[in-house]
Amino acid sequence: MSKLLSKKPVNADSEKESSTPLHRRTFLRYTAGAGVAAGTLALTGCDDILEEIFNNPNVPPSLIEVNVGSGDFGVLNFAYALEQLEAAFYTKVVASAYYTGASAAERQIFSDLEAHERIHRDFLKTAIKANGGTPIRDLDPDFTTVDFTSRTSVLATAKAFEDLGVAAYNGAGKLISNPVYLGLAGKIVSVEARHASLIRDLIANGTFVGPDVVDQTTGLEMSKTPAQVVAIANNYLKKGSKLNVSNLPTE
Amino acid sequence: MNILNIISEIEKIDPEVYDRLDQRRTMFKHFAGFGKKLAVAAVPFAMGAMFNKAYGQTSGLSQQIKDVLNFALRLEYLDSTFYNEGVNRPGLLTGQDRADLITITNDEFNHIKFLRNVLGADAIAPLTANNFDYTGSKGGTRAPLFPDVFTNRATFLAVAQGLEDTGVRAYKGGAPLLISNNTILEAALNIHSVEARHVAHFRTMRRGGPQALPGSPQTAPKSWISGNDAGGPSPAITLPIYGSGNPATAYPSEANTVQAGVELVGPFATAAQASEAFDEPLDMASVLAIASNFIK
Repeated sequence: MSKLLSKKPVNADSEKESSTPLHRRTFLRYTAGAGVAAGTLALTGCDDILEEIFNNPNVPPSLIEVNVGSGDFGVLNFAYALEQLEAAFYTKVVASAYYTGASAAERQIFSDLEAHERIHRDFLKTAIKANGGTPIRDLDPDFTTVDFTSRTSVLATAKAFEDLGVAAYNGAGKLISNPVYLGLAGKIVSVEARHASLIRDLIANGTFVGPDVVDQTTGLEMSKTPAQVVAIANNYLKKGSKLNVSNLPTE
Repeated sequence: MNILNIISEIEKIDPEVYDRLDQRRTMFKHFAGFGKKLAVAAVPFAMGAMFNKAYGQTSGLSQQIKDVLNFALRLEYLDSTFYNEGVNRPGLLTGQDRADLITITNDEFNHIKFLRNVLGADAIAPLTANNFDYTGSKGGTRAPLFPDVFTNRATFLAVAQGLEDTGVRAYKGGAPLLISNNTILEAALNIHSVEARHVAHFRTMRRGGPQALPGSPQTAPKSWISGNDAGGPSPAITLPIYGSGNPATAYPSEANTVQAGVELVGPFATAAQASEAFDEPLDMASVLAIASNFIK
């Protein structure tokens, strides 16, 4: 351990593979750089160490983010990250006080949405692995801004996630090289659009499309780049799980 | 992307292509079944030149892209003309129903403008109400499939759902053919998701609104496609909208639960859920066969 601690602070650029889990060794090497005393390490629990690392302003972001990677697997991991977030959200919804008191139709809808997003998540993880890629690690969502007892809060968050998902897949499609993966993204995005349509109608019937999502001159849905997507998605992810998409293709 | 069609095209010129490449034939049979562990995903790499993005980035649009966009344009005319007729039939749809149909019609008109703009002089001649017969009688040459389509709300919305679900499958089938042109591909995806929003709303309307519980897929469908929706609103006619295309391995029915070799049904996912989670593409010929019911 003293050997590890005596190492130089880690260079951020050497940590491009931060899509892999933060290993204990990395934490320790890093902590040394951040100037945390070895004694503190010995006495503090892992979560406290993490907290201390994340709160240290000298910590380079590459160490506390999850980099989705590059190329087609990067794009698939980007999708996998969003599906993790959606699935985690709906898992909380169907266990929430809101859900217990919701209308029969809303319970049915959220039950379906929970299943669909869980299937998307599990499928993408399996598909990335089966093709020789490395799935990003499990993300820690942060839903502290969501009030799971409130219908308004739950529906507004569902709308945000579904609209974001559609804009994300639409924006990422052109970044995919392999037409099979592109086809898979197409099979998922229209289901996300169906979700978005119904959630928006639940909030206000007739708002299944709107000027916030569809350009009123061209009739085209407005895509978001991965950078624009994670700027929003990261609000729902804890430190240590914030997404970095800087290695994704841009065209 | 349809590998088997490419091989069958080669076969037209060289009937013995399979025999010449017997080992490959076996390989392609595996791909046809989507094999195990995403074997199909390897195909585009093996046939890289055919699919390489670099090939498509030329000035002007390739013939393939023009064909796909003109095909999409045809479908947009088919849909928008139908909705526009519906908007203008007094009493067919009223209140919120009619307002929603106007919203959808405007989106479709915008799609037409956009596609015509992209295609320029290569766009097909505009189509009008004279080109279509939404009763399905093909201009009175056969018994109508939907005789009350413009007088009965339920029939109108059932046909609208069928047309729009077909459109979603058509764009999905077309998207991989546009991979060589990022701008066009993104635009097509941006239309595709709008069509999916539309059809989800038609389905919600048919069910009785967002607070109505789903029931029979014929009369009260979910906002997404569950299984093959038992053949859709009018199974004797609409089954192909939810069925498999050609070849079925590349264009399975909406009831499909195997994605890229991964079986999604398991301890935590039913067949209904697994099918709902993924929409399926449809090939141009199958789409045209459906659309031709309404083309004179």
